[in-house]
Amino acid sequence: MTDLTNVEMEVVEKPRSQWRDVWDQFKTHKGAVAGLSFLIFITLFAAVGPFLWDVDPGRLDIRNKDVRPIYMGLFDSSAKVSWANPMGTDNLGRDIMANIMQGGRISLAVGWTAMVLAVVLGTTIGVLAGYFKRLDGLLMRFTDLVLALPLLPLLLVMMLLFRDPLRAAFGPETGIFLLIVAGIGITSWMQTARIVRGDVMALKEREFVLAARSIGTPARRMITRHLLPNVLSPIMVSATLGLATAIITESALSFLGLGFPSDFPTWGKILFDSVDRMTSFPERVIWPGLAISLTVLAVNYIGDGLRDALDPRIRGH
Amino acid sequence: MLTYTLRRLLLSIPTLLFIAFVIFMLLELAPGDPMASMPLTIPPEVKEKMREALGLGRPWYVRFPLWLNQFFIVEPQYWFDQTFGTNFANGAQRIISFQSRSPVFDTIAERMPQTLWVVGMSYVVGVLIALPIGIISAYKQYSVFDQAGTFVSMIGFSVPPFFSGVLLIVVFSVQLKWLPSIYDTTHVVTGWDSFVFQLRQMVMPVMVLALQTTAQVSRYMRASMLDNLGQDYVRTARAKGMSESVVVMKHVLRNSMLPVITVIALGIPAIFGGAIITEQIFKVNGLGQLLITALQGSDIPMVMTITFLLAVLIVMMNLIADVLYGILDPRIRYD
Repeated sequence: MTDLTNVEMEVVEKPRSQWRDVWDQFKTHKGAVAGLSFLIFITLFAAVGPFLWDVDPGRLDIRNKDVRPIYMGLFDSSAKVSWANPMGTDNLGRDIMANIMQGGRISLAVGWTAMVLAVVLGTTIGVLAGYFKRLDGLLMRFTDLVLALPLLPLLLVMMLLFRDPLRAAFGPETGIFLLIVAGIGITSWMQTARIVRGDVMALKEREFVLAARSIGTPARRMITRHLLPNVLSPIMVSATLGLATAIITESALSFLGLGFPSDFPTWGKILFDSVDRMTSFPERVIWPGLAISLTVLAVNYIGDGLRDALDPRIRGH
Repeated sequence: MLTYTLRRLLLSIPTLLFIAFVIFMLLELAPGDPMASMPLTIPPEVKEKMREALGLGRPWYVRFPLWLNQFFIVEPQYWFDQTFGTNFANGAQRIISFQSRSPVFDTIAERMPQTLWVVGMSYVVGVLIALPIGIISAYKQYSVFDQAGTFVSMIGFSVPPFFSGVLLIVVFSVQLKWLPSIYDTTHVVTGWDSFVFQLRQMVMPVMVLALQTTAQVSRYMRASMLDNLGQDYVRTARAKGMSESVVVMKHVLRNSMLPVITVIALGIPAIFGGAIITEQIFKVNGLGQLLITALQGSDIPMVMTITFLLAVLIVMMNLIADVLYGILDPRIRYD
């Protein structure tokens, strides 16, 4: 009996899956692991945090306004600190920690949704241009044209002009959310489209595609079964870059006063609102700014690690 | 080369026309009304008159060619007249701002020097810092310096200018009180003291913008140097007994500069975009701030003109980058 299990143990050793290899390589990149841990931490902080820290971010408590963060008590015993507001409160007495959590929810949601939109758009256009020769010239001309547009000013124009109608149609929060996501999404798909197109064109000449075509695979299945899985790694890398830019763009819009309405916190909005009083309360700018910067830094490091892990020439060394 | 440049120049005309059309139609189709900020007590017939006075009465297919005419023919004529004292324009209608009722280009010309000073300076500083970092990082790959350079450029990519700017203000203006937090554009350099003041007020906006440039350019410089350092001609140069400094600074550097120069040219429009935010932080009344105030005031001609000028800059820089690449690298033949 024992003999049999021993034999089985040897035989049954599973072939290592590709993603297992990728993960093993990813783990060796210290920055990427740190980035991933921080991203998970900040996502949990924003997603689960409000259930544990049960303070309404919009609740005004004018008596406890301008509370400094708790660590200020260490340097300055006369500072107004309280354990009820560990990160302090703003000039209307709103709890900053609750605001950062709520702002993180929105900033991250905008970032992820806009990134998914941009990646889907870019991949679709890239695959179509790379696979169908007839569409290539037209789609790539179009991509070049969009790349020549001054994107930040146009985004600002879009925000300004479509804000009120969308707010009227979908309500203040959903309307602005849709507008920002759509704006960022349709102004940041071009790099993905170019990369995907190049890769698809190279893949199209490979033998396995010829083999698949020779048994009569229709174009639709060709793309979904044979091409898309093979361009997944550049897509994932550009998705991480897209997430980083989307978060920065959303905060930049909020910072310029053209993002979400004022009682609706996002990291960029909190930063923008605190700039006027940063001489007396620098911590109010630093919390949201750190949240944005560290998240983007983490995402960039993840992208770096992913790029190494997904490159089979580097993997396994 | 010349034919290629000419062909590209001709091709950029339809591109620019298309971009102008996109911007125009975006402003046109948008449900926002430039009269929305007017008091509600104005009677509708007066409002209609005001719309016509702003030139909004006619449909887009009349106004778009008119705008093109103003931008490409009338405004250069006025510029020519002012320079040479001629009278080609003959009192033709210029592009007028809704807000200030003065010609858009006059306002832009007033704001241009501030932006060019801050943006241009930051770009030069950023590139000058980036090149040595990139060279040393590549030459000493995986050294402490390289790791630090990678980290700094990661920070440059990740920290948005509206946070790095605010952070600098908190540290250097609020805590240390070394530098002024507001850029005084009325300041005139007359002597040494005022020159020092000008330098001090420029340090922070320039550094904020330069950080972004440095991050990007140093990465490209490093990658390009690494590509070249492993090539056969480097081994040959070393085998000939050339000193290490000649090998790196002459042979490798000159070859590695080729792609970097195009990156530098392509980055110029992006830095103008970044200036929009930086000017807002340091209260520089440059083009970016002009765009923001025009946007908030629904000043359509101003927004349209500034945005289109940025588009012209992007298209021209793309062209210059391609042409430069062809001139600098004799292996590339466009014809």
